[in-house]
Amino acid sequence: MIRFDQVSVTYDDDAGPALTGVDLTVDEGELCLLVGPSGVGKSTLLGTVSGLVPHFSGGTLHGTVTVAGRDTRTHRPRELADVVGTVGQDPLAHFVTDTVEDELAYGMESLGLPPDTMRRRVEETLDLLGLAALRERPIATLSGGQQQRVAIGSVLTAHPRVLVLDEPTSALDPAAAEEVLAVLQRLVHDLGTTVLLAEHRLERVVQYADQVIVLPAPGEAPLVGEPAAMMAASPVHPPVVALGRLAGWSPLPLSVRDARRRAKTLRDRLAPEPAPDGAAEPAAPDAVAPPVGRAEGLTVRRGRTDALRGVDLAVRPGESVALMGRNGAGKSTLLSAFVGLHEPATGTVRVGDAVPHRTRPADLLRRVGLVPQEPRDLLYADTVAAECEAADRDADAPRGTCRALVTRLLPGVADATHPRDLSEGQRLALALAVILTASPPLILLDEPTRGLDYAAKARLVEVLRALAADGHAIVLATHDVELAAELAHRVVILADGEVVADGPTAEVVVSSPAFAPQVAKVLAPLPYLTVPQVAHALGAGA
Amino acid sequence: MSTDDSPMSDLPHGEAPAAARERALGRGGAERATAPREGRPARVWRAARAPVATRADALHAGAWWVWALGLAVAASRTTNPLLLALLVAVAGYVVAVRRTQAPWARSYGAFVKIALVVIGIRLVFAVFLGSPIPGTHTLFTLPEVPLPEWAKGVRLGGRVTAEGLVFALYDGLKLAALLICVGAANALANPARLLKSLPGALYEAGVAVVVAMTFAPHLVADVQRLRAARRLRGRADRGLRALLQVGLPVLEGALERSVALAAAMDARGYGRTARVPRAVRHTTTALSVGGLLGVCAGTYGLLAAEGAGYALPVLLAGLAAALGGLWLGGRRSARSRYRPDRWGARAWLVSGSGVAVAGLMIWAGSYAPTALHPPAVPLTAPTLPLWPAASVLLGLLPALVAPVPPDAAARPGPARRSGAAVRSDAAGRGPVSAPGGGRRRTAAGPRDAAGPPPASRAAHPSTEPPAKESER
Repeated sequence: MIRFDQVSVTYDDDAGPALTGVDLTVDEGELCLLVGPSGVGKSTLLGTVSGLVPHFSGGTLHGTVTVAGRDTRTHRPRELADVVGTVGQDPLAHFVTDTVEDELAYGMESLGLPPDTMRRRVEETLDLLGLAALRERPIATLSGGQQQRVAIGSVLTAHPRVLVLDEPTSALDPAAAEEVLAVLQRLVHDLGTTVLLAEHRLERVVQYADQVIVLPAPGEAPLVGEPAAMMAASPVHPPVVALGRLAGWSPLPLSVRDARRRAKTLRDRLAPEPAPDGAAEPAAPDAVAPPVGRAEGLTVRRGRTDALRGVDLAVRPGESVALMGRNGAGKSTLLSAFVGLHEPATGTVRVGDAVPHRTRPADLLRRVGLVPQEPRDLLYADTVAAECEAADRDADAPRGTCRALVTRLLPGVADATHPRDLSEGQRLALALAVILTASPPLILLDEPTRGLDYAAKARLVEVLRALAADGHAIVLATHDVELAAELAHRVVILADGEVVADGPTAEVVVSSPAFAPQVAKVLAPLPYLTVPQVAHALGAGA
Repeated sequence: MSTDDSPMSDLPHGEAPAAARERALGRGGAERATAPREGRPARVWRAARAPVATRADALHAGAWWVWALGLAVAASRTTNPLLLALLVAVAGYVVAVRRTQAPWARSYGAFVKIALVVIGIRLVFAVFLGSPIPGTHTLFTLPEVPLPEWAKGVRLGGRVTAEGLVFALYDGLKLAALLICVGAANALANPARLLKSLPGALYEAGVAVVVAMTFAPHLVADVQRLRAARRLRGRADRGLRALLQVGLPVLEGALERSVALAAAMDARGYGRTARVPRAVRHTTTALSVGGLLGVCAGTYGLLAAEGAGYALPVLLAGLAAALGGLWLGGRRSARSRYRPDRWGARAWLVSGSGVAVAGLMIWAGSYAPTALHPPAVPLTAPTLPLWPAASVLLGLLPALVAPVPPDAAARPGPARRSGAAVRSDAAGRGPVSAPGGGRRRTAAGPRDAAGPPPASRAAHPSTEPPAKESER
């Protein structure tokens, strides 16, 4: 269905090729997963299938890409629109019209399909994706998972034979991600659509893949193979694979179900061990110190709805708290309330002894720092060096404070680099360094792992652990259950603006099917959350 | 019965008050007792009653514009403040009961404010620049600024008469009423749907407007987010400087988003063109250019004194040629249209009521000219002429026949009852769909409207093979 023949892509202002030596075939009806670290050319590879690379993006393509018999060199993206459907990372950037139904019809209108065919296909697609109840809703009012499904539906109505998706679940909470993946599964199983998708969150998708393409490093040729075989060698892999490698299982399990069936002996071996603690467990917080951030009965109103209702939360020095809950549950609102972006309708919020929304920004900076969902929002300057100087000035810190932090968090970044040219993970580290320049005791992070690969995530975990060990309190709002399991002492689950669970990570997370990390699911009822904990226990037992 | 009829409860002929009265009189079984007696008139009434506006029976956007322009024409034909007030009230009432929750519907308030400003400006000018209206009732006298000889026609300051002010007020009211009528059309008609009714060759312009409309809210959100981010850096988040400094990142973001959108549109087949014979292409160009030239020449002839004889034919011929060019040009685009708005009976009624108001008012200008233009000199209290007033009331017809917006429930004010009733109506009869009825504005917990569970999705598998009909 898709055939790459000695494909390489070079962008005009780059030294080396962005992609090289791609020579592979994706068969009809396959779900093919594309994995690899950030910046390795995944989006470029996806772009060559829809023809956007090189027709839209510029650059030079060598070799040929053939989709359903059409050569992308001679067919522009619009001439491939009836065979390839493309959904980008941000569904909002994809929408042309304002309501769900019009959006589903837009592609077909461009193709000039007859009205009765359009009508029938819109109805079918509404049913297929479970969107019937939303058909007249303005797209802007939908949740993230719903928007992603509308984006998929909007390309499906043209009945493409190939569907190309770039990180379809990375912005979604676990339940919404499952919604989207269920839809993809149906397309592959029932309609025989060929799906090619890139995704960082392998734990969500790898078990559905028929074929995996690994791009190991920039400029290296891709490896292609069966998921289990590829995972055995891949530099990026989900926790369940890490557990399988640790336990020496072969073939490697890809889903929790496979792993659980194999894990009986491992569970028996681990059962007599004491409950995990020590090296793998995050250091315990200081229980007697006064909280650095506290909300009591906090209600925040946005428009006419209560975004938060009677929320109580206290964070002590050295403690890491993970805020979880579905999209729109009020996680970001709670973080913003701590930096004074929302005035409480009732209740109080305190940072140290200050009331955030009445404190001058320059003072607040020393009490609390927030890294927003889009770290780029915090960066204004043209170069890393200028950004650091500005941060020193903002925080009244001695010259070079921020630069020293950058060097620690992000070794090997040149002064003259433009923040825009950094990868997602590097940009996050830079924003974190900027915030840390004023050394606030309370650090808030909103969705820090969005768009991060496993290596960047591992570095982030190290950095945050070190900060917690230094006595910083950390609150992170995240959908990433694996991150919460590795990092957080406490998990707070929000639903509809209310706290529905608050307790030690192991207790809260293990009892919830949506928020349990893979290792916990495999080893339940044993209270293990992460692979390092298991490795530590096995090492101690041996 | 009361549940069934309550969508009309805010309307003059609603039956709900009667049912309530019966209940109040202790006839508990009234509903059951009246149901079988329901005769033919009730059935007819039921069929004629305004439905909930869904995609299928939404009113054609053009009908709203015809109606509003009709009211505007009527407003331009009179300076009687009572008639003008009546026109504004009619437009306002229809907007109040029939506008949706959509962003453009909120523009009505802005139009009303602009109208008030227009009246204010007109009065201020009348006070300071004087007025050519002779008057005897001097209210007060401003010091007059002596002006040089060459500015003899202009006066600054001086006597302010009641007659002058009244004349200015009437004049301002007329302009304000015109503005409010346009505002009503703006609030009631969905601009995206209106653009969809454009001829195919103008499609690109329509897309540009729709994209701009969806971009504006994003831009506002970006500004808010980036101002908040400034606070996180310890800089002031208020004031002009803060706004200016986020300008560049906001523009960058907008640019990036438009590039992403352009890529998405390209990948979805935007700009595919059909192959058109060379001759047709050339004819299109010739017709469009020639037609526009004809329109220009004809308009010039109409305005200039010399060309009275040939102007009109040239204008009409030019117009016809330009329209022909548009029609031929539309053949180049391969697009088709998904569910275009239909011009049904209700659209005829709504637009007809506007045309009727305009026509009757023009006619009234010939049989009752003084009632439509009450003189400012001498000062007299304006009276409400009976027949013109009655003809203005025809403009209320849309409040009865236009489909009820499905989301009226979330709005305070006069339409709230009707909205709540719509919801119970939909709940009671099932298939009348009012998707997202009162829930549209609740931001929290959006997923509970997520649609049927997977099991029910599986019950309607798409039976059609995927690539069977990629024929075009």
